[in-house]
Amino acid sequence: MAEQDGMAEQDRPARLQLSGISKQFPGCLANDQVDLALAPGEIHALLGENGAGKSTLVKIIYGVLRADSGEIHWDGQPVSIASPSQARRMGIAMVFQHFSLFESMTVAENIALGLDHGPDLDRLAAQVGEVGRRYGLTLEPERVVHDLSVGERQRVEIVRCLMQNPRLLIMDEPTSVLTPGEAESLFKTLRQLADEGCTILYISHKLQEIRTLCDRATVMRAGRIVATCDPRHETAHDLARLMIGEDFSRASKTAGGTRGAARLQVRGLSMAAAAMHGTPITHIEFEVAAGEILAIAGVAGNGQNTLLAALSGEQLCASAGDIRIEGQDAGDLGPRRRRRLGLAFVPEERLGHGAVPEMSLADNALLTGYERQDLLSRGSIMFSRTRDYAQRIVQSFQVVSGGVGSHAGSLSGGNLQKFIIGRELLQKPKVLVVAHPTWGVDAGAAAAIHTALLDLAGQGTAILIVSQDLDELLQISDRIAVLSDGRLSECMLTAEADIGRIGLLMGGHGRSEGDVNDAGGERRAAQT
Amino acid sequence: MMRVESGVRPRLEARIGTSRTMVYLTPVLAVILTMACGSILFAALGHHPPAVLSAFFIQPISSVYGLAELTVKATPLVLCAIGLSFGFRANVWNIGAEGQLTLGAIAGGGVALWAGDDAAAWVLPAMILAGLLGGAAWAAIPAFLKTRFNANEILTSLMLTYVAILLLSYLVHGPWKDPDGYSFPQSRMFADSALLPLLSTGTRLHLGAPITLFLALGAWWVMARMFIGFQIKVVGLTPAAAGLAGFSVKRLIWVTLLTGGALSGLAGLFEVAGPIGQLQPTISPGYGFTAIIVAFLGRLHPLGILVAGLFIALSYLGGETVQIQLGLPLAVSGVFQGMLLFFLLASDVLVRYRIRWDRAALPQEAG
Repeated sequence: MAEQDGMAEQDRPARLQLSGISKQFPGCLANDQVDLALAPGEIHALLGENGAGKSTLVKIIYGVLRADSGEIHWDGQPVSIASPSQARRMGIAMVFQHFSLFESMTVAENIALGLDHGPDLDRLAAQVGEVGRRYGLTLEPERVVHDLSVGERQRVEIVRCLMQNPRLLIMDEPTSVLTPGEAESLFKTLRQLADEGCTILYISHKLQEIRTLCDRATVMRAGRIVATCDPRHETAHDLARLMIGEDFSRASKTAGGTRGAARLQVRGLSMAAAAMHGTPITHIEFEVAAGEILAIAGVAGNGQNTLLAALSGEQLCASAGDIRIEGQDAGDLGPRRRRRLGLAFVPEERLGHGAVPEMSLADNALLTGYERQDLLSRGSIMFSRTRDYAQRIVQSFQVVSGGVGSHAGSLSGGNLQKFIIGRELLQKPKVLVVAHPTWGVDAGAAAAIHTALLDLAGQGTAILIVSQDLDELLQISDRIAVLSDGRLSECMLTAEADIGRIGLLMGGHGRSEGDVNDAGGERRAAQT
Repeated sequence: MMRVESGVRPRLEARIGTSRTMVYLTPVLAVILTMACGSILFAALGHHPPAVLSAFFIQPISSVYGLAELTVKATPLVLCAIGLSFGFRANVWNIGAEGQLTLGAIAGGGVALWAGDDAAAWVLPAMILAGLLGGAAWAAIPAFLKTRFNANEILTSLMLTYVAILLLSYLVHGPWKDPDGYSFPQSRMFADSALLPLLSTGTRLHLGAPITLFLALGAWWVMARMFIGFQIKVVGLTPAAAGLAGFSVKRLIWVTLLTGGALSGLAGLFEVAGPIGQLQPTISPGYGFTAIIVAFLGRLHPLGILVAGLFIALSYLGGETVQIQLGLPLAVSGVFQGMLLFFLLASDVLVRYRIRWDRAALPQEAG
C-alpha cells in the first residue's frame, strides 16, 4: 500500500524539486549536494541545528542567494530564481523570523508595500479582512504596527504572503516568538492552507511542534541532508539524535531539595525602559534562595531587557533597597560592586554585550573576571593569571576554539555561549542571573549548559533564568513566574505548574481585564 | 515598486580572519602608493620624479641638522597624536588638539611672561605643568558637554580650536604684546631659564624630544599592560560590554579627553618654550590636525605613532625643500598627507573586505 502511494506521488511532479544544490561561503560549505522534493499540499519540516544550512537553503529557494551548482524544478519545469520578487511571481512566499514591518505605518500600508502590484488601500483593506476571516487571522487594517503584539505582527506578515495566493509558503522559526495559544492557532491556519493545496516548508528546531504539525521532515546536518522521515512516527529523542548525530542525555532538575536563605531579593522594583521601544517594568517582586533555580518566562519585549539591566546594575534602581544581594542593599550599586557582593550575569546578547568580538578569549575572561578572580595588581593586568583563568574556562566547558588567544568573534554561537557561561560559573557566584542560556545553541551544548547550571545550584548558588524557551524553563527550574507587559506573575512551583495557565499569563490574559488595560495605558504613556 | 537590475556591481565582502601582518603592512603599502602617485603628479608638472622624491624625502634628512629638524617637527605631532589615540580608541573623537595645543602654549607662555626676565630655575617645570593643565582644561569643556548634555565632541572640540586661536591672537595683539616690539603682534621673548635646554649645539633639538619618547613608551605601557588601557579598548570596541563589566563610559570620556588635552597642551608649550621662544599669533602649522593623520597612520599604537610622526614631519620638511629648490608650491606637503590618509584608509578597508563583482545584483526589498 505504502509503496503504491509512493508511486502515485512520483507520477505527479513535485511542487518544488531541488537536486544537487551546493553553496560555498568563504570558509564553509553551507549546502552540500542537497536534494529536496516538496509535494503539493504537504507540510514539510526542515529540521537542523543552528548552522546546519537551513537558512542558506531557504534563501536559495526564495531567490535571496544563488546556488553555486544544482538544479531547481518548479512544477516539473527547470527554473532559475534570481530574486525574491521573481520567487513571489512564481508563487513562493516567505515569512521571516525577523519581521520586516514599518512600525509607524498601518497594517494595510505595510501589506501594500510588500506587494509587487498592490491595489489601492481601500480595496486592499477589504481583501485583508477577507483573507483574515477565511484563515482565522483577525487583523484591523487601519491599526498602526507599533501598537501590535508580536503575534499580531506575525499575522500581518502571513496575511501579506497569503494575499499573493502562494503555492509554497516558507516559514522560518515562526513560533519562537509566540505563546502556546498563539502557536496553536497558527497551526490551524497552516493546516487549512495545506488542505487547500499550498505546500508549506516549515523551519524549526522545536521537535514537539514538528511532530504535531508536519507530514514529512527533512533533517539537515553540516550542510547535508541526513534523513527524511515521517515525524509523527518518530520520538522527539530520535529526531534530536538525527539532528545532532550523536546520543545525548537531557539534564533535568530532580524535584525536592531544601530551600536555603534568600540570596537575591527584589522588592517593589519599577523602572522606565532604557531603550526607545523597551517596556518599563512595574512593581516586580521575587526572591531566589540558595540552591534554587527561579525561571522567568515570557514573550520577548515584555520588560525582560529592562529587568535584566536593573539586575546587572547597568541601570541603577530608584532606591537601594529595591534589590538586595546576600542581604545587602544593592539597588544603587553598579555592576562592579554587585559582582563584589557575589553576582554573576550572563546577558542575552553574546557578541556585543557578553563578549567583545575583536578581543581574545583571555581578554574576554578579564572582562568580567577581573573583580572576583583577582586578575589585577595595582592597576596592571596580570596576564598569566588571566590566561590561566581563560584556559580553565575552555577546558572545563569544552569550548572549541583556537586557544585562549583566538578572538571571541571566531567562535561558533554555542561555543561562545559555553565560554561566557563558564566565565561566570568559575567565579563561584552567590547569585547567577542568566538570560536565554541556550538560545541558538545546539542540543548537545544546551545539555552541557543545563548540567552546569544544575550543578551550580547544587552548590548553593541562587539562579535566576530569564528565557522565552518554556520547555527549557520547565525542565530545569524549581519555581516559575511569567513576565508580561512589565509585570511579574506570582511564582509557581514548576512541578505543579499548569502549562495552560502559564500560556495565558504569557499572552497577558492572566490578570483581570482592568489590570491589562491599565498596564497598556502606562506603557503607551511611557513611550510618548 | 521593485526592479530586477542586471549588470555588474561591486560589493564588499568580509574576509574571514584579518591577517595581522597585513594590518601592520598597510601603512607601508600606503606610503609606497603615495610615492607612486606623487611621482605621477610631479611628472605631470614637468619635473623628473626621482629628483623630486629625493628632494622631498632624502635631502631633508641627509645632515645632522636635518635630522634634528625632523625630530623638532615630529615632537608636537607625536605628542598630540598619542593624546588623540587614547580618545580614538574609546570612540571619543576629539579633533580639537590644535586648540588644546594653543591653550597649553598660552598657559605655559603666560607663566614664562609672568616670571619675567630674571626667572628662577623652577619656572620651566611650572610652565610644563601649566601647559599640561591648560590643554586639559580646554579639553574639559567638550568632556563636560558630552557627559552632561551628550553634545557631540567632534563639533565642540573643533569649534573650541578657533576660540583658542582667537584668544591667543587677542593676547598677543593686546595685553601681552611686547612693549618694545615695534607694535608687532608678539610677546616678549622668554627668559633663558624659561626655554627648553638644547640637546645639541647648532641645532634646535630640545629637551621636549626625549620627554616625548619617554611619554610614548609610557603610553604603550598604559594601553598594553594597564587595566585602564583595557577599559579604553573595550569601550571603544563594544560599549555594551563595557557597561556589563561595570566600566564607566563617562569616566573614560573624561580620562581620554583630559589626557589628550594635556598632551596637546604640552606640545604647545614645547613649541613656544622651544623653537619659537615667545608667543605669537601662529604657533603651529596645524600640528593638532595633522596629528589625526599621524594617529591613524600609526595604527593608534604609541610606537606606531612614533614612526608615523617622523614620517609626516618629513613631509613638512620635504615640502619646504621642494619649494625652495624646485619652486613647487608648499601645498605639496598637504597633497602628500592627504594622499597618504586616503591610501591608508582604502587599504584598511581592503584588508578587512574583498571586492566581489556580482553579475546580477539583487534588488533590495521594500518593507
